[in-house]
Amino acid sequence: MATTYNFKEEMNKPERLAPGHRMCAGCGGTIAVRAVLRALHEGDKAVIGNATGCLEVSSFMYPYTAWQDSYIHNAFENAGATLSGVETAYHVLKKKGKLDDTYKFITFGGDGGTYDIGLQSLSGAMERGHDLVYVCYDNGAYMNTGIQRSSATPKFADTTTTPVGTQSNGKLQGRKDLAAIIAAHNVAYVGQSTFLGNFKDLHTKAETAIYTTGPAFLNIMAPCPRGWGYEASDIMDICKMAVETCYWPLFEVIEGKWILNYEPKKKLPIEDFLRSQSRFKHLFKPENAELIEQFQEEVNRRWETLQYNCSRN
Amino acid sequence: MAIRERLSGNEAVALAIKQINPDVMPAFPITPSTEIPQYVANYIANGQMDTEFIPVESEHSSMSATVGASAAGARALTATSSCGMALMWEELYVAASNRLPLALTLVNRALSGPININCDHSDSMGARDSGWLQIYAENNQEAYDNMIQAFRISEHKDVLLPIMICQDGFITSHAVENIELLEDDVVKAFVGEYQPEHYLLNPEEPMAVGPYAVSNYYMETKMGQRTAMNHARQVILDVAEEFAAISGRHYGFFEEYHLEDADYAVLIIGSAAGTCKDAVDALRANGKKVGLLKLRVFRPFPAVEIAAALAHCKSVAIMDRSDSFSGNGGPLGAEVSQALYNARSNVLSVNYIYGLGGRDIRVEDFEDIYSRLETIAETGTVVDQYDYIGLRK
Repeated sequence: MATTYNFKEEMNKPERLAPGHRMCAGCGGTIAVRAVLRALHEGDKAVIGNATGCLEVSSFMYPYTAWQDSYIHNAFENAGATLSGVETAYHVLKKKGKLDDTYKFITFGGDGGTYDIGLQSLSGAMERGHDLVYVCYDNGAYMNTGIQRSSATPKFADTTTTPVGTQSNGKLQGRKDLAAIIAAHNVAYVGQSTFLGNFKDLHTKAETAIYTTGPAFLNIMAPCPRGWGYEASDIMDICKMAVETCYWPLFEVIEGKWILNYEPKKKLPIEDFLRSQSRFKHLFKPENAELIEQFQEEVNRRWETLQYNCSRN
Repeated sequence: MAIRERLSGNEAVALAIKQINPDVMPAFPITPSTEIPQYVANYIANGQMDTEFIPVESEHSSMSATVGASAAGARALTATSSCGMALMWEELYVAASNRLPLALTLVNRALSGPININCDHSDSMGARDSGWLQIYAENNQEAYDNMIQAFRISEHKDVLLPIMICQDGFITSHAVENIELLEDDVVKAFVGEYQPEHYLLNPEEPMAVGPYAVSNYYMETKMGQRTAMNHARQVILDVAEEFAAISGRHYGFFEEYHLEDADYAVLIIGSAAGTCKDAVDALRANGKKVGLLKLRVFRPFPAVEIAAALAHCKSVAIMDRSDSFSGNGGPLGAEVSQALYNARSNVLSVNYIYGLGGRDIRVEDFEDIYSRLETIAETGTVVDQYDYIGLRK
């Protein structure tokens, strides 16, 4: 494990996701990928897995690939199972003396491929104990197909399958707590992070996830400018507000122990997170004040549960 | 020296897998193929294999993990039946289009619904357009022999396609019959080491698998698959010839049983060929010129060879153990008819659906079919061109 984190040094590392891919400006997905891959130690090789989604269709469009490491995309719902096969092959080839090099296994999926259609495959991979990292870049909807709701979409968000209308205030349900679901698999490591300041939080969690033996899961909030409706340059502010409002808390679960990594000195009201995103703009109509209250109550309740989980150590 | 044993089809295939000693086997249980991963897990638990078994949580994941392992550079296979294969559907196409030489040992069982655990070919026939090689067995011996030849065919550099080794659920998979096995070292030498050219875990050459291909490129990948399928024809015959040298057992695209001078022929796949042979023997004893073409290789489809083998016949019954519900015949019926038409064949053909969901077909049923073929030839008229055999009255 690296002892100190030096932002400048990290940013000067060779990119393992090359420029020239077709992801949007201001996309959180590629920021997440680059941040996670920077945590790979020099000289260590990796096989990268990828569920179908924006990231896949924009980074590996035949005959070009942006990936410097070996990479496999299989389908939408099976990134967990696919990398299980790759990782198992690695152990056999090692055992048979056909391979000397050290490889790490990291797979990326959006929330559609992770929370929803790929949940079973992910659960299987985690439960079986494969030595791999599953990274969910969570942008809270099926963005690749055009902003449809997922089980990671927050309550009241305006999506193309939960459109706001005269009889609708957006999505009716709250978010699925996937990090807790994966933690309940009793895996080696679960970390939740997003893009903050010098990226130390995310970098440290990625490094821990990659270099912890056994299954690890990273849940990274990765805003989508198209789906959330914000100015591309605002992404870091939005992430900061997500953490300062306790909408997206930073925590880890190590061998079943919950650890809170950051507690805001003054928890900001949820409006500070919602305001800059057009998917929530209907909430700011005077007649919808009650909806924001409901949103705030849900954030409070989840924050208290997290605090309780972390207090039991 | 050949080893004489008594084994079920599942035991025989599991034993072949043990002798092949592949790198990775993900699998999920489903009747009637469950025993195969069970036997393999037992061999591993007792140190008789180096294979890593992945007890996945579904068949979609078993094929996904097999794809991952194969792309990584491992020799990989899985086993399944029926709905398990239906759940793998998407992955069958992914395996084929990624040109991964992996294997699936399929124990044929009817697809739901209604749910039914017995034999028919609706599972593999449904996957006939997925780009897989498909080889079928009449009995445990053939299932074993086909399994041993599988990787030699699929891994051939001119082929590089996934291969499906099929046997009939329960009839073959669970019935214990005499079998002649090869010695471990003979199989090991025959199958050889797997040396992939391109793979994910090659430290010298990172590789990307599974691209997004736009219209400018997609069609060429399909042409590549088609070309590989055509190459497989010769490879299958060459591997069979090499296999004959170590086993004394000869295989081709199909077996001809008293077909050479037959006026009336049945064309069939799988275990029911054994029943049909009894009918042929009985009718031949009465001087009837009847014969059988038992198809072993369905993909690639040996259209020209089938048409040539049937050219001298007056009438033929094409037997399908699954219906395509086209309203126009079963899958084998459609493809054999096309083969006959393209060859400008004069043989009159009928297409009979039999044995769905494990319905028995008896020697008497085949005798009746030959009698129908005789009538068709005599009258020159085909009645009930597309018919179900053995329905409840």
